[in-house]
Amino acid sequence: MLLVAVPIASSHLAVVPAYNEAATVRAVVEAVREHAPGFDVLVVDDGSTDDTRRIAEDAGAIVLRHPFNLGIGGAVQSGFFYALEHGYDFMVQVDGDSQHDPREIATLVDAMEEDIGVDMVCGSRFLSDDHRYPAPISRRTGIHIFAFIVSRLVGQRVTDPTSGFRLYNRRAISLFAHDYPHDYPEVEAVLMLHVHRLAMREVPVRMFQRGGGSSSISSGKSLYYMVKVLLAIFVGLARARPVPEPGDDAPVAATHSI
Amino acid sequence: MDPRIQIVSIVAALMLLLGVLELVRQRRLLERYALLWLFSALVVLGLAIWRDALEVIAHLVGIAYPPNALFVIACGFILVLLLHFSLAVSRLTEQSKVLAQRQALLEERQRRLEDSGQERAEAGEPVDPVLAGDGADRHDRP
Repeated sequence: MLLVAVPIASSHLAVVPAYNEAATVRAVVEAVREHAPGFDVLVVDDGSTDDTRRIAEDAGAIVLRHPFNLGIGGAVQSGFFYALEHGYDFMVQVDGDSQHDPREIATLVDAMEEDIGVDMVCGSRFLSDDHRYPAPISRRTGIHIFAFIVSRLVGQRVTDPTSGFRLYNRRAISLFAHDYPHDYPEVEAVLMLHVHRLAMREVPVRMFQRGGGSSSISSGKSLYYMVKVLLAIFVGLARARPVPEPGDDAPVAATHSI
Repeated sequence: MDPRIQIVSIVAALMLLLGVLELVRQRRLLERYALLWLFSALVVLGLAIWRDALEVIAHLVGIAYPPNALFVIACGFILVLLLHFSLAVSRLTEQSKVLAQRQALLEERQRRLEDSGQERAEAGEPVDPVLAGDGADRHDRP
């Protein structure tokens, strides 16, 4: 096919996973476009039943729409697919509930540029002096437990392994486009990076309380969340996670029946 | 052993066997999923008919009443079948996730091609969707 020279708008992509976030998605998209003008904005509408898609398009975002709800892992992975297929060099993940402050994207980018060897920069709530993140004590405790376990496993201090406010380079995008956890992916993703010998670092960021909608982790689900993530951590340790080589069995194949 | 329970076991296993075969014949059940069912029905049928084998097995594992061994074995098969279905459901979940993601990407691409085709048509340029597809790989949105 004939390649046409086109002006490259950007090599940076901001992915906003959104499930029924009609109340906040416009503000998030506009804030990203204002504070991170070098980024194209992609909203992944994860099967919303409200106006999320139309509002996001009106705000100037590219929109991927899932035909049904896949959960946060599937939504973010669609972002990785998109970034990989369209040749973006960097991708930042910003939640659609306006919990993440788009002004901090620059902080992540600076950290990535400062250290060429880093494949993922993660915004941490707990490295910051700014205490604007008044999480309930139960949730903070849970996060600190994960932080403790994950830090031991990867041999590096990780203070906020559940934060989804992350900037990925091309290597990390490629890894996660091929294999990204389903349900509560953030903690497991840190371990996957470690297993695949990719490097990450954390930088302090401010975070807000959620602007609307409901968290993917409601209080009733937090026990399930704890158990699922712990299972994923410890089963994940024993799991080989090779990226399939050409000719290998496909990760999803009909021939894998008993 | 009471002959009544033997008759009931044989009839039940035969009905299961014939029922599964009939579902396969009507193409409502894939052979892939029918094999385990057929195998379990055959084993239960064999044990129901051949009582000596049942008694040997019962004696080996210390079951006092041999017909109970039949139920233990049937239970084992049920567990294996359920696990088999959990695997099948997990695989289907993974496959439908990938399909939904690919579909979303294709839909976005198609809408973009249609938009750029419209713009070209409005500008009086020839519309070439292949060129438009290549050219629009990266976004130059406002």
